[in-house]
Amino acid sequence: MSKRHVIPILYILFLLLPIYWLVAMSFKTTGEILSGFSLFPQTWTFDNYKVIFTDPTWYWGYINSITYVTLNSIISVAVALPAAYAFSRYRFLGDKQLFFWLLTNRMAPAAVFALPFFQLYSAVGLFDTHIAVALAHCLFNIPLAVWILEGFMSGVPKELDETAYVDGYSFPRFFISIFLPAIKAGVGVTGFFCFMFSWVELLLAKTLTAVAAKPIAATMTKTASSAGYELGLLAAAGTLTIIPGAIVIYFVRNYIAKGFALGRV
Amino acid sequence: MKTQNQKAWFFVLPVLILVAFNALIPMMTVVNYSVQETFGNNVFFWQGLDWFQQLLRSDRFHAALGRQFMFTGIILLIEIPLGVIIALSMPRKGFWVPVCLVTMALPMLIPWNVVGAMWNIFTLPDIGLLGYFMNNTLGIDYNMTRSPFAAWATIITMDVWHWTSLVVLLSYAGLVSIPDAYYQAAKIDGASNWAVFRFIQLPKMKQVLTIAILLRFMDSFNIYTEPFVLTGGGPGNSTTLLSIDLVKIALGQFDLGPAAAMSLIYFAITLLVSWLFYTLMTKDDAK
Repeated sequence: MSKRHVIPILYILFLLLPIYWLVAMSFKTTGEILSGFSLFPQTWTFDNYKVIFTDPTWYWGYINSITYVTLNSIISVAVALPAAYAFSRYRFLGDKQLFFWLLTNRMAPAAVFALPFFQLYSAVGLFDTHIAVALAHCLFNIPLAVWILEGFMSGVPKELDETAYVDGYSFPRFFISIFLPAIKAGVGVTGFFCFMFSWVELLLAKTLTAVAAKPIAATMTKTASSAGYELGLLAAAGTLTIIPGAIVIYFVRNYIAKGFALGRV
Repeated sequence: MKTQNQKAWFFVLPVLILVAFNALIPMMTVVNYSVQETFGNNVFFWQGLDWFQQLLRSDRFHAALGRQFMFTGIILLIEIPLGVIIALSMPRKGFWVPVCLVTMALPMLIPWNVVGAMWNIFTLPDIGLLGYFMNNTLGIDYNMTRSPFAAWATIITMDVWHWTSLVVLLSYAGLVSIPDAYYQAAKIDGASNWAVFRFIQLPKMKQVLTIAILLRFMDSFNIYTEPFVLTGGGPGNSTTLLSIDLVKIALGQFDLGPAAAMSLIYFAITLLVSWLFYTLMTKDDAK
């Protein structure tokens, strides 16, 4: 091990400390948490997790979140694919302006949009549905998806397209059977980022739901305020929110590093 | 060379419709509110540009905006160099690469309110790991709810913890795309580490760093949930960043007009800074 590896190791330790504390808390009893400081749980308890897995308001929170996040990732990648292709291959009237306009939608503070979003989705009758949150998250995920995919597609030489057309491929057939496999790393990375940003966002998700599609994060905030000081339960719920993301990133770990290498601004 | 093809618009259409639905309609609602006054019951009065004028002269807005720029400035100054340094010292090949990448990406995958709650638990003076260590082992009086300095230090540490990995991932992606031949050539020329960094690695990272800085600027400038959960904007107003103040006005006091005007100014500032940066950084590419 060389000297310079000290830096990433220290950094990872710094990252893991608060996570360790959250996980440790989740195995402590409320009594132990409040009675004082202990580095490790003195009496291990799984009660906090038991509550989450048996109480429908808790576990439905997870199911709701995963549902709208998955929907959002699929929608974002699906519509971003042709758009990114257009940006990477063609020049058309207003292309640069459109690209920058798309990016600007990442800049609007979600806090700005909370109330108008509520009114908009109530007006079209989608309030408190998974699809409402999935569509709302498109606001910041589609621009990102187009941006990342465009970078990947620009890395694929144009000759690939031309050869395929000469060989008599139709556009849809070329796109699905030749072009998509060529950029599958990009699709994976894009899906990952859409999943990530939709999973971690709370403000819009909370504003657009009440009961039927309420995200896990909203259940947590409610518990934090209503059930007094149930830190253990909160910690257990928090620990469980890390898991889906960790699974997703495990699958795309090899693509991530390659991901942005081909990207361009 | 790209071909001119106006039919490309059809490819862009689904994106355009979806984003426009989500962006333009709410934006028009905000514009609508920003020029009116309401006392509830859906009764509105024309107010013109009064809200904008009031806001631009208000000390409260100036203070929140100042805190916002300070926050964004500090985290950019820490996260960008730190991210580059970590990316440079990471292994390039082998078993540890995916391990590093996966653990480093973990903080980014935690919902933002959980991040806030987690740091709250972590820093509680008597029962949090960091809080206990600071107060009882080091003997430093560290209490976020009392000291504005502690609150600031904590939200900045939290953001560094949360987002430095994004800079690391992006810079690392830029680094691994450099062909080995470049390094071999540098070695033959006897280039120093600094020269390799300055003339090979940094230029290769320019594009990804532009993305990183832009993303970090936009997201940190709009940050709301994490500091809100952690400090609630306190103690006093010391960590009331722009969006926390905005939500206080919009949903706390239900002053829709002023809140809408504030949203628009807020958005305009973000847009302006991002556009300036984007134009500056991509200027050379166009030539």
